[in-house]
Amino acid sequence: MSVVKTITSSQERKRGWSISLAPDLLPVEVPPPFDVPPLSVEVLQKMYHVMLLIRRVEEYLLDAASEGRIGGAMHTAIGMEANAVGAAFATRPDDYVTCTYRGHHHAIARGLDPGQVIAEVLGKASGCARGKGGSMHMVDPEHGLMGTNGVVAAQVPHAAGMALAARMRGEDRIALTFFGDGAIYQGVMHETFNIAAKWKLPVIFYMENNKYSEMTPIWRTSAIEDLYTFPKVYGIESIRINGNDVEIVHAAVSWAAERARSGEGPTFIEAITYRLAGHMAGDLETYRTPEEREHQRQADPLLVLRQKLLDRNVTEEALARIEEAVAQDLARAVEFAETSPWPDIAEAYTDVFHL
Amino acid sequence: MAVKTNLEAVRDTLAELMERDPSILIMGEDVGPRGGVFQATRGLFDRFGPDRVIDTPLAELSIIGVGIGLALHGFRPICEIQFADFIFPAFNQILNEAARYRYRSNGAWSVPMIIRAPYGGGVSGGLYHSQSVEAFFTHIPGLYVLAPSTPYDIVGLLRTAAQAPDPVLFFEHKRLYNLVKGEVPETYYEIPIGEADIKREGSDLTVISYGLTLHEAIKAADQLATEEGIQAEVIDLRTLKPLDMDTIFASVEKTGKVLIVHEDNLTGGWGAEIAARIAEQMFEWLDAPVMRLAGPDVPAVPYAPPLERWFMPLADKIKAKMRELAEY
Ligand SMILES: Cc1ncc(C[n+]2csc(CCOP(=O)(O)OP(=O)(O)O)c2C)c(N)n1
Ligand SMILES: [Mg+2]
Repeated sequence: MSVVKTITSSQERKRGWSISLAPDLLPVEVPPPFDVPPLSVEVLQKMYHVMLLIRRVEEYLLDAASEGRIGGAMHTAIGMEANAVGAAFATRPDDYVTCTYRGHHHAIARGLDPGQVIAEVLGKASGCARGKGGSMHMVDPEHGLMGTNGVVAAQVPHAAGMALAARMRGEDRIALTFFGDGAIYQGVMHETFNIAAKWKLPVIFYMENNKYSEMTPIWRTSAIEDLYTFPKVYGIESIRINGNDVEIVHAAVSWAAERARSGEGPTFIEAITYRLAGHMAGDLETYRTPEEREHQRQADPLLVLRQKLLDRNVTEEALARIEEAVAQDLARAVEFAETSPWPDIAEAYTDVFHL
Repeated sequence: MAVKTNLEAVRDTLAELMERDPSILIMGEDVGPRGGVFQATRGLFDRFGPDRVIDTPLAELSIIGVGIGLALHGFRPICEIQFADFIFPAFNQILNEAARYRYRSNGAWSVPMIIRAPYGGGVSGGLYHSQSVEAFFTHIPGLYVLAPSTPYDIVGLLRTAAQAPDPVLFFEHKRLYNLVKGEVPETYYEIPIGEADIKREGSDLTVISYGLTLHEAIKAADQLATEEGIQAEVIDLRTLKPLDMDTIFASVEKTGKVLIVHEDNLTGGWGAEIAARIAEQMFEWLDAPVMRLAGPDVPAVPYAPPLERWFMPLADKIKAKMRELAEY
């Protein structure tokens, strides 16, 4: 019935993927408990600018990695940009965000200068972590980005703690934590769900479900594929959305943020999305077919948004202007990063303790 | 004799062990059809099936915890922790459960399992993909800690580990996976746990190491011999716990000078224990203070190439330290 197949071994039962974004295999519809009011074309154009910038930055980074200029594991969010941008536009700069090693999109969406993102990934002194962290360790205190984290699920309880702190300090800030589908199996997730529900914490749990935990599809390791049902049993309001439609993401996070700020407690959002690039740079992607990936490209969040803008009478010329502006942003960022120096050795000893 | 890389040595031995012993299972993240992120289990899923090569959820605590249960009831799980950096969610299960079952059950129960964990830097992995974590585990009585660094030693020790009656932590330096090649005899052999190996003979000073720094120490020793005529003896610990003090002490008797090199942090690193034992028992034989060269005490291996280079105790630094010791 579909071209969406997961590569299976000879010894394994054959089955396709049951959750998909592509039109012929839409996710099980969960009626959203919130409205999705159309955003103004001005806002949508700004979102398009940021999403495209993220895409271009990550394409540049993948090229740099294939040229051997980036070592280690670099994870891109190509195809997942709408999650970061919709959420960033729906929250305030003083809200707290924690997320995973797949975090370039969140860093840029929150407002971190793309030059600093690229510089960090290249290991330059002008990077957001002064080259100490690399791709997996974006940090931007000014925009509430507490850090992207290399250890799966480690960042999740911190969001609950910050949400508790904000409430105890009488602030109406909230905390938003991003994680992947694979993270749901870590014990700390479940411990945090319980605490957040019981204490009604102003926190949003945002799962970017891209259907693979590294190279392993969900169905191989989970009896439950409707992952948003897990937190329900802890008493958390849980929804599933299409994470490739920035307008839906924005509406969902706005709704969850409003709930959090008004004392109604945590929300869990399972956003169905898809990474169009490998798990990391250099991933041979032997665990999925090129057909599957190309099929999912139809739901590329950038195409979805571009079409939305055209449908709302934004002209091709206007879009071309945005695309040109993005190209200039990228050129500036690359120039900044590539001409920055390496960090001094002394940098290695800074921020070990406050001395 | 076949020439293999460290990675091939791991993979082929896993296959051999599974072939021989039906109680052996492999479990871990992505170890199934994908063959593990480092490809250490490639081909095993197709060969032994999903019941014996198990893709687990992303949950280290349960990989080890469930592994303990399997070990308690007749199986010998070989659990893969994808990167040693991610072993900590399972720390409680390793420390309080696996390593203590025998003691707290008057020997009625034991946990014969192997935990494999790729460790170490030099791969641009940054903070959470470069750590050396052995000192946390060498501290634990009841746990064997192995860190073989050549194909020959990996094969021999993995075979022994698969018969050990108690839990074994098997560290594999990830930088060495494809870097090191070596001969592995076709004839069957084993290497006992707790036996160090002299990888290079020498009479002027002793270098004790394991992992990537072992290979760097051998390189440094060869250079120092040609350039300055200093002959260093290089001991490969292979087993970190229990330590082979006999081999170490015999070498100290011969050279009177000791340098311990590891990538793990200096403070509280395994080198500190070795140095203390030498100081306690070999004081009269020493012609110089026991020296250590180790990863600097910063919270993690930094990412930027110059910073990572600065962190790693590689041949040039080892050579300088060896010279310092020789001149003492
Ligand atoms: C505690 C821990 N275990 C293992 C890993 C290695 N690892 C990195 S990413 C990943 C898969 C995560 O999948 P998911 O949560 O779905 O996020 P995605 O990468 O798809 O965004 C794994 C197993 C890790 N980083 N942390
Ligand atoms: Mg995923």
